[in-house]
Amino acid sequence: MLEFSILFPSILNGLTTGAVYALVALGLTLIYGVLHIINFAHGAALMVALYAVYFLHEQAGVNPYAALPLAVPAMFAFGYCLQRFVIGRASHGKDENILLVTLGISIILENLALYLWKSDTRTIDAPYMLQTVDIAGAMISLPKLLAFGGALAAAALLLAVMAKTDLGRAIRACAKERQGARLVGIDVEHVFAMSFGIGLACLGAAACFLLPAFYVNPNVGNSFVLIAFTVVVLGGMGSFAGALLGGLLIGVVESVGGLWLGESLGQIGIFVIFIAVLLFRPQGLFGART
Amino acid sequence: MRELAGICVFCALAALTPLFVTSGSLQNLVIMTLYATLLGQAWNILAGFGGQFSFGHAVFFGSGAYAMAVLQVKFGWNAWAALAAALAAGSAVGAFIGALSFRYGLKGSYFALVTLAFAEVFRILANTFLFTGAGVGMMVPLNESAAALQFADRSGYLYLILAMVTAGFLISWWLKHSRFGAWLQALRDNEDSAAALGVDVFRVKLIAIMISGALMAAGGAFYVQYFHYIDPHIAYGPAVSIEALLAPIVGGMGTLWGPLLGAAVLHALGELTRSVTGDAPGVNLMVYGVVLILMVTFLPRGILGGVVTLFGGRGAKKGGDRA
Amino acid sequence: MKSQRRIFLKQSAALAAAAGLPAIARGQGATVKIGVLHPVTGFLAYSGNLCRVGARLAVDEINAAGGIKALGGAKLEAIYADAQSKPEVGVAEVEKFNEAGVSAIVGAYASAICLATTQAAAKYNIAHLVDVGVADQIVERGLKNTFRFAPGYKVVARAAINNLHIMNTLARKPARTVMIIHEESLFGTGTANLLAAELPGMGYEVKEVVKHANPTRDFNNIVLRMKALNPDIVIPANYFNEYALLVRTMKQQNVQPKAIYSVLGGAASSFKFVKEFPDAAAGVIDCNHWYNPKDKRSLALRKKVEAKGDFFTYEVFLNYQAGYLLADAIERAKSRERGAIVDALASSTWDKHFMPYGPTRFVNGQNQGAQPLMMQVLKGDIKVILPNTFAEAEPVFPWKA
Repeated sequence: MLEFSILFPSILNGLTTGAVYALVALGLTLIYGVLHIINFAHGAALMVALYAVYFLHEQAGVNPYAALPLAVPAMFAFGYCLQRFVIGRASHGKDENILLVTLGISIILENLALYLWKSDTRTIDAPYMLQTVDIAGAMISLPKLLAFGGALAAAALLLAVMAKTDLGRAIRACAKERQGARLVGIDVEHVFAMSFGIGLACLGAAACFLLPAFYVNPNVGNSFVLIAFTVVVLGGMGSFAGALLGGLLIGVVESVGGLWLGESLGQIGIFVIFIAVLLFRPQGLFGART
Repeated sequence: MRELAGICVFCALAALTPLFVTSGSLQNLVIMTLYATLLGQAWNILAGFGGQFSFGHAVFFGSGAYAMAVLQVKFGWNAWAALAAALAAGSAVGAFIGALSFRYGLKGSYFALVTLAFAEVFRILANTFLFTGAGVGMMVPLNESAAALQFADRSGYLYLILAMVTAGFLISWWLKHSRFGAWLQALRDNEDSAAALGVDVFRVKLIAIMISGALMAAGGAFYVQYFHYIDPHIAYGPAVSIEALLAPIVGGMGTLWGPLLGAAVLHALGELTRSVTGDAPGVNLMVYGVVLILMVTFLPRGILGGVVTLFGGRGAKKGGDRA
Repeated sequence: MKSQRRIFLKQSAALAAAAGLPAIARGQGATVKIGVLHPVTGFLAYSGNLCRVGARLAVDEINAAGGIKALGGAKLEAIYADAQSKPEVGVAEVEKFNEAGVSAIVGAYASAICLATTQAAAKYNIAHLVDVGVADQIVERGLKNTFRFAPGYKVVARAAINNLHIMNTLARKPARTVMIIHEESLFGTGTANLLAAELPGMGYEVKEVVKHANPTRDFNNIVLRMKALNPDIVIPANYFNEYALLVRTMKQQNVQPKAIYSVLGGAASSFKFVKEFPDAAAGVIDCNHWYNPKDKRSLALRKKVEAKGDFFTYEVFLNYQAGYLLADAIERAKSRERGAIVDALASSTWDKHFMPYGPTRFVNGQNQGAQPLMMQVLKGDIKVILPNTFAEAEPVFPWKA
């Protein structure tokens, strides 16, 4: 069962699946690292992004990959407004209220999608979707390989933004010391909204890479949320490199775990890791010890 | 003392509802509201009084539910004995998770996430083993007699859930007024100071989670007896965990009446939106979500917090304010 | 005092909620109320909505044709409710149905929900027609009010095994080995267990039984296993999304068994799947709920449903039939009274349906004549291949891409 001819493609497959987890987690880790909120609406936002990419393809014939320059800014704007005008205002900064607000948002988004677009599962069918690439005997799905590349690019981009730009510096400042940042004149609310916006923009990218290999319906976000949280914790809350590596690692664990223990029980590997990381190394692979 | 009297009055009135509420669906509403109250009370003990937020309280619920189902169906236990075992199961799971988490100093969102992870682990395990019926779930056969904790007349279930909720109230009251409760609230407000003052933080948290777990397990046991069916998704899934935290946060965390108030308001809201929005799927839930956000916006300390502010703050309440 | 204020608030909330409840029916109205309960939100929303489409079609047609003639042309008044994909919500809705004075209930698609709702309805002796709910426990509890028109999974699984054997024997036994892939809950597990138990006795080797979660995001591992085991026949039993993903992945990885032979396959007999993935769907065989293709009424209904833009799925036609079955029972009962309708259903011999069931006969709530049919996706359409009385085409087995 664990011979190389099965193990190897399984690992590669895990890496590509993990890349999508990483893309989803990149946004979540930024939102947690900066705003310290556990965004319950992340799954629903992914679903919205997936629908956006789907309709761009169906109505305007835009290839999902070509939709990147459209989906990413659109999700950014959505995220900015959500944080600035809804979450920030409603929650008054209290943790339990933020929880309820993001929960409320996810309920609204899911049911709005249900009402507008019904519960049918939507998929896009295009020739490249069933194509595979032969890597040393393993047939890896082309869309997933592209997702792998996309995740690497996204992580690199985010790291660059955080390190090199003024915005990145402001974000890091707000994350570390909110009051201090305010005192030196940084518009903290604006920075928070920007961070949330970037977080959701990552979901826009994730959606572009995910849709060709998957599908969308109003409930699709739920299946990614828990895994995204695991990746964020494993990688270290607030660390992009951590989210990338964590995602890849979780993808591989899920894949190999599924091979070894069966698809159903194999999922347990993810959460056992989750618990182990939380207990023994809560800062994750790359997080700073707080 | 006034609060104890309040609890008695409430219980008496609730126990009398079968006399003046004859509508089956209203009776069901009352029972489900009390059920949500129970879940909220359990969560409130750990989070409201203890400051330890949990996102995976379903782990206790499911353990109680499965204990109830498995012991009756697979081992032929008497329902009352199974109930006792269910409470013990919830407590034991609480002890296990608490010992691990608190020993390693998990706090805040880390603790919340670890409870979520445990709930998922238990869900996957319950889903895998035939012992718990795997993905198929378990059905408790119909046997309407008090000995089997099932009742032909719905008021039987009302009394059962009321008894559990009363226990929840008494425990919450005890937490408000006892030394143990004072320790618990002290460590909620500032763990380091509490420790410095000599509170055995680990032990207090552990006991709190065990009590919370037992009460939550009672809710699980009730579910099984009332609906006769349990599966891993219902038992350990996010729906129950979310239901447990909604009522106390909306009603007012760390208070005696918060869970009840929150449960009542949320259920009324659910009914209202359902009856007002017709049958287009999802619209009622959208409205529910909007109202939830509005409630949080205008009542940041829950309903009770809002009531206190409105009628002049009699005793400042400490919520979970984090900068 | 604080405590009294709280009690007041709670009671007011309850009263406010009660104000929104439908008025209790007083005496004889000009309609016959029926409750139509399906999960139209939550994770079962897709199927739940299709169920509602079918039920609504039946109700509208019956009313347009003059309603219940035995009650002076009384129209069917359907109260549509949402079970929100949760058993407890289903139960609450049944209670409301009771308050509203419904004479019968149709629903609730999912077995878990049906188990709870039939029990709740039994308290008031309201007839509960189970539209789909394939778990056999539903009709094995001795509840007098529960009736299921369509087959349960045991009957479907047995039929699948028998038909597989027939088909294989006719083709001179090219298939020996089997791999079963099933979803983890009631119907998948039950079906898989039955298959795994009985297939070896008929000369088939069950190479592996793979269980997967709902939802499953990725089937590459399972398909890798399939490649390694190389079974002659792959037997999936799961819901639409997973089925579609599995078959697409098999196509992508170039895994071509002699047949994809589904049992209650989620997407196998789905016009939606055939339309959206013609390549992946081609040749897929399914043992599932199906209408009699030789009956003109079924074709007429199919046209009507597709003209509305919906797919003609089992959710639609099973609920449609349930509506008519109920109407027939009310006609024969000549009454709105719940007990009379239960009795009328119990003695029903209704045969004016277009299902391959013959005259209705309920024993312990299960329609004895209910059976599934075997379909195969051929030339872009779904054709019945077995049993011969209903067959529209010859099975193409083994399947060559």
